[in-house]
Amino acid sequence: MAAIEVAGLERSFGEVLAVRGIDLRVAEGEIYGFLGPNGAGKTTTVRMLTTLLLPSGGRASVAGHDVVAEARRVRASIGVALQEAALDPLMTGRELIRLQATLQGLPPAAGRRRADALLERVDLAGAADRRVGGYSGGMKRRLDLAAALVHEPSVLFLDEPTTGLDPVSRKTIWEEVRALNEDGTTVFLTTQYLEEADQLADNVGIIDSGRIVAEGTPESLKDEIGDPHVELLISEGEAAEAERVCAEIGRLLPPKDGKRVLVEVENGAADIPRVVRALDEAGIAVESLELVRPTLDDVFVDKTGHHLEKEESEDGGEEPVPA
Amino acid sequence: MSELTRSGRVVRALGARSIRQTFRRPQLLAPIVVFPTLLLAIQTGGAGASIELPGFPPVQSFLQFMLAGSMMQSMMLAGNSGGIAFAVDIEMGFTDRLFAAPIPRFAIVLGRLAGTAALGLFASLWFLAIGLIFGAHIEGGVPGALLAILLVTASALAVGGIGAAIALRTGSASVVQGLFPLVLVVLFLSSAFFPQELMIEPAKTIAEYNPLSFIVEGVREPIISGIDATHTLEAVAAILGIVVLGLVLSSRALRHRLRVG
Repeated sequence: MAAIEVAGLERSFGEVLAVRGIDLRVAEGEIYGFLGPNGAGKTTTVRMLTTLLLPSGGRASVAGHDVVAEARRVRASIGVALQEAALDPLMTGRELIRLQATLQGLPPAAGRRRADALLERVDLAGAADRRVGGYSGGMKRRLDLAAALVHEPSVLFLDEPTTGLDPVSRKTIWEEVRALNEDGTTVFLTTQYLEEADQLADNVGIIDSGRIVAEGTPESLKDEIGDPHVELLISEGEAAEAERVCAEIGRLLPPKDGKRVLVEVENGAADIPRVVRALDEAGIAVESLELVRPTLDDVFVDKTGHHLEKEESEDGGEEPVPA
Repeated sequence: MSELTRSGRVVRALGARSIRQTFRRPQLLAPIVVFPTLLLAIQTGGAGASIELPGFPPVQSFLQFMLAGSMMQSMMLAGNSGGIAFAVDIEMGFTDRLFAAPIPRFAIVLGRLAGTAALGLFASLWFLAIGLIFGAHIEGGVPGALLAILLVTASALAVGGIGAAIALRTGSASVVQGLFPLVLVVLFLSSAFFPQELMIEPAKTIAEYNPLSFIVEGVREPIISGIDATHTLEAVAAILGIVVLGLVLSSRALRHRLRVG
């Protein structure tokens, strides 16, 4: 049985179609990375799958239960840590986890034990009786994650769990996600970070403008793009000659500027000596050389025509907000 | 664990959180306690002689007369503060945590209302204590005091339902906060602070039909003269009316929120 199954799922806000008939399938025990820029439809999809928003069309099931007809059963099976950790700054960490335990129906004594164990697990035992408002961003995310785990859910939804975190906190969250997955939890992870999807996900779905434009393992998606390429920085005035030489070795890619030559190499690093020898024999001086493997950003560019990470810095656009 | 027991535990936990939230956020507590207490002190000190006016109901002191009005003011502001706190929860996404839990969604609203009702209970005890400390008699004795406490607590729950409905519908704390002046208008157009008989038109007619006047009189009567079945039943009917209105509006607003996310 698939942990998550989605067919033709749609959601509109007035005239705006935020999610346009997506299909996806997440196997049990898998980490599924849902990758896309702000406003692509990631959060809207997660809100539908977690029963927080009714779909406008299509159907979806989570842990074997329909998200509309069996919403309560879905909610009993899932853990949710939404974007911008939804924490009450006036509560202490311990109060929050205990409240979450009550919400999930744990008896009081079991709830207290579970809260203590989870706070220990996410390294917040020392701060458990401090108000959440005084926590750092990383501590808040860890607390949110702990709250999502209180009832040992079979499917865990993490909506951009590391957005805004420093690299150390990000790594801590990644380690926790991996550990949970090793324990058998299915993880549906939305992210706008390529590295996060690459590092964590067994399978990746790339969403843009409400549509899934590519899906597969990170490696298979990158393989679809083509071979790695060698990026050469050539001395001024010799780029044209270098291109002529490299064209005999592999396919030339569009250059980034007049000093660089990009050539695809079928055998990766093994082809580097061949490139260097050919340029040396032609008397062309190479200032630097780098073997570049396709990234998920290349996949994104290939499928959508624009960069994912560049967009993030230039465009802070968000998903449509209901009136 | 039965569904009812489980929902009861959730309501109690959310109610406790809502009370803690109020006591930890001074801007929510101040309107409930400080503002009505100051107004009580100012009015009692400045308008105490008005009990000598012809038509003023027979009372031991202006403080005794004012206690019900202060409790009503505090209760109304508790309802408004509860609505603001609920809207803040929606704005910061905390309600998503609740909506994503396997609990009946009405328990989320009831939890908030339980907290507001507890604040109503606190307000009634606070003002009864002030009254007793400064020499006001409770003519209805202990049963009268208990009846006043019960009515104020129940009306806090009822008014909290309206606040919760507005919070759910708008999801905006500033909109709910913007209703603060309206709360005062409703209060001043009732018999909370002045006897209806001494009001001039059109305020007198508005106060006559204002449901709050019925609740105020139901709370006031055991304090100034003793338990009276008619006033009590009218107050209960007014509270029930507001409860039903609050439930209908909350349930519609809840559906709307789930539809729009």
